[in-house]
Amino acid sequence: MDELGALFHGFNEVLSWYNLGMMFVGLVLGVIIGVLPGLGGPNGVAILLPLTFTMPPTSAIIMLSCIYWGSLFAGAITSILFNIPGETSSVATTFDGYPLAQQGKAGNALTASFTGSFVGALSGVLLITFLAPLVSRFALQFGPPEFFAVFLLTFCSFVGTDKKTPFKTVISMMLGFGLAAIGMDTVSGGLRMTFGWSELLRGVDFLVVVIGLFGIGEILVSMEEGLRFEGKSGKINLNVVLQTWKQMPKYWMTLIRSTVVGCWMGVTPGGATAASFMGYGLAQRFSRRGHKFGTGEIEGVIAPETAAHASGTSALLPMLALGIPGSATAAVLLGGLMIWGLQPGPLLFVEQKDFVWALIASMYLGNFVGLILVLSTVPLFAAILRIPFAIVAPIIIVVCAIGAYSVHNAMLDVWFMLLFGIIGYVLKKLSYPLAPMILALVLGDRMEDAFRQAMLGPGTGLHIFWSNSLVGSITTLALLMLFWPLIAFLWRVLRGKPGNNGPEGDAPKTHAGVVNK
Amino acid sequence: MEQQQSPVRRSRGLSYSAVDAWTAVVVFIVGVVMMVDNYRIGVTWASDGPEAGYFPYHVGMILCIASVAVFIKSLFGKHRNTEIFVTWERFRLVLMVLIPTALYVLVIQLVGIYVASALFIGAFMRVLGKIRWLKTALISIGVTVLLFWMFEVQFMVPLPKGPLEALFGY
Repeated sequence: MDELGALFHGFNEVLSWYNLGMMFVGLVLGVIIGVLPGLGGPNGVAILLPLTFTMPPTSAIIMLSCIYWGSLFAGAITSILFNIPGETSSVATTFDGYPLAQQGKAGNALTASFTGSFVGALSGVLLITFLAPLVSRFALQFGPPEFFAVFLLTFCSFVGTDKKTPFKTVISMMLGFGLAAIGMDTVSGGLRMTFGWSELLRGVDFLVVVIGLFGIGEILVSMEEGLRFEGKSGKINLNVVLQTWKQMPKYWMTLIRSTVVGCWMGVTPGGATAASFMGYGLAQRFSRRGHKFGTGEIEGVIAPETAAHASGTSALLPMLALGIPGSATAAVLLGGLMIWGLQPGPLLFVEQKDFVWALIASMYLGNFVGLILVLSTVPLFAAILRIPFAIVAPIIIVVCAIGAYSVHNAMLDVWFMLLFGIIGYVLKKLSYPLAPMILALVLGDRMEDAFRQAMLGPGTGLHIFWSNSLVGSITTLALLMLFWPLIAFLWRVLRGKPGNNGPEGDAPKTHAGVVNK
Repeated sequence: MEQQQSPVRRSRGLSYSAVDAWTAVVVFIVGVVMMVDNYRIGVTWASDGPEAGYFPYHVGMILCIASVAVFIKSLFGKHRNTEIFVTWERFRLVLMVLIPTALYVLVIQLVGIYVASALFIGAFMRVLGKIRWLKTALISIGVTVLLFWMFEVQFMVPLPKGPLEALFGY
């Protein structure tokens, strides 16, 4: 058991006062960030990233990943108490969480959702502990063509899993690639799309884009909705916690189902939001009390939260093992790795052993401490939402501006932040997905490098991507994912023709209904 | 925006599908610009593999194709959303944040980020939140001092400073 030994070594590293302090700071900040409108996982991490440039990488990643866990926990607080999802991944939690709060059972709902989150996260970390080293070892034999194929698979599955707006996903992704290509070309050293503007030489930093899109854009959207928070009281005492924990084992099936869904959606870049909806939909379908969902069922809170947290955690698996993040926040963390001078990819497990295992160990500890923290201090954090928006909004904007400036000490970046805020506002209202853009922006250069390195030398062409069975099968799988909606549609048309009023005609409809809900 | 003149009760404006179509047009233009600029650099296969413009050129091409698809869907699609994208009253709220923020960024360049932040937070609270003077002053100055302590003293991140900070010797 190599992994266990390495893990204990990691715990050793984490259990220093400095690192524990960073973990605590990260968790508290994360919960605050998650509760506040306009600040969430991706941009919270992005704003604080410049502060960590001078820290040791291990402490920095512990703090930033704990912000991520904290913000995931916090999503449930606002959903249940205020009927406002603090994170998009907790939209499904409002369906049953808020009715429970209205019935005066907010404490039970919160306890259940936090505990579910913890179970989901723990499973995600276990998965990372035992699977990530295997994946990275396997990926060590990857060359540039294989890497390009894996990148391709990542992006194609984004498009393929988007049932409603595949073209908008494509646009969002391609805008990200385009932004990544601005500036100096890494292979030839030539300038691309700078239009004679020397300030564009260094390109558009993804941190600035994240802060603009998610921070300023979110503020504009919530301003338009005219926020007025009327929350339920979120008192939790030990009695309620113990009482809820006694009920939890009853829902073991839901927990397992949501965990599996979440882990799957996290490793493939389906994202926490899709995972939470799927977890909720599946629980509704298979639960004996499914017809009561939406009126305040504990199960309806556990299912989405467990799935969201499992997915958020396991999104770090491909990031650590392959250098391909599974979510927007993971993408920002990956950007952080590059800034701290670590080379993401399968070699990370070999070259930066201490760093990786300290991070994994901190994930066990961070989620446990996070659970205790949120259970004991919910009313405190809920009070933050009662501060008038006119005070919170300008402070968030100021913090965003400082974050954007400190990336490169450039005033232009602050203007870019504003521009991307407006873009984010429009795109969000038109339901463009923003996570693919961030992923494409962070990975764009590396994907292009992989492509061009695969193409080096004479006699190359696209056939390289089918040159051996490994790269061939990944590429084929990617194309299959990309055209999946089309294939499914053609399949339905072909099958539907003979017996349109048969039972097969109905099946896809109900399925789509569950997923889209 | 022409909605400005229209009376409040008849709030007209662009529908969701119209904004969708316009966005698609903008994306299409972005795609064309990308294609043209990268065509200049070279998009063909050189002796040592693809040239520098190859990748972004094709990204631009996919952008154009996808934007046409979105454009067609937004104008002729079955599930067009004909609701108003944003009513004037609501857009006014958005502008009430957006314009001061733009001014704030402008002021940063003149007097440094700390003074600008204190002014921005204060003005925002006073004008939009109608919060009492004392509370406004305490919060805006307190937050700014806290930020100064955190960035300038603790983490030593240099942020733009103006004449006031110079007075204190920073």
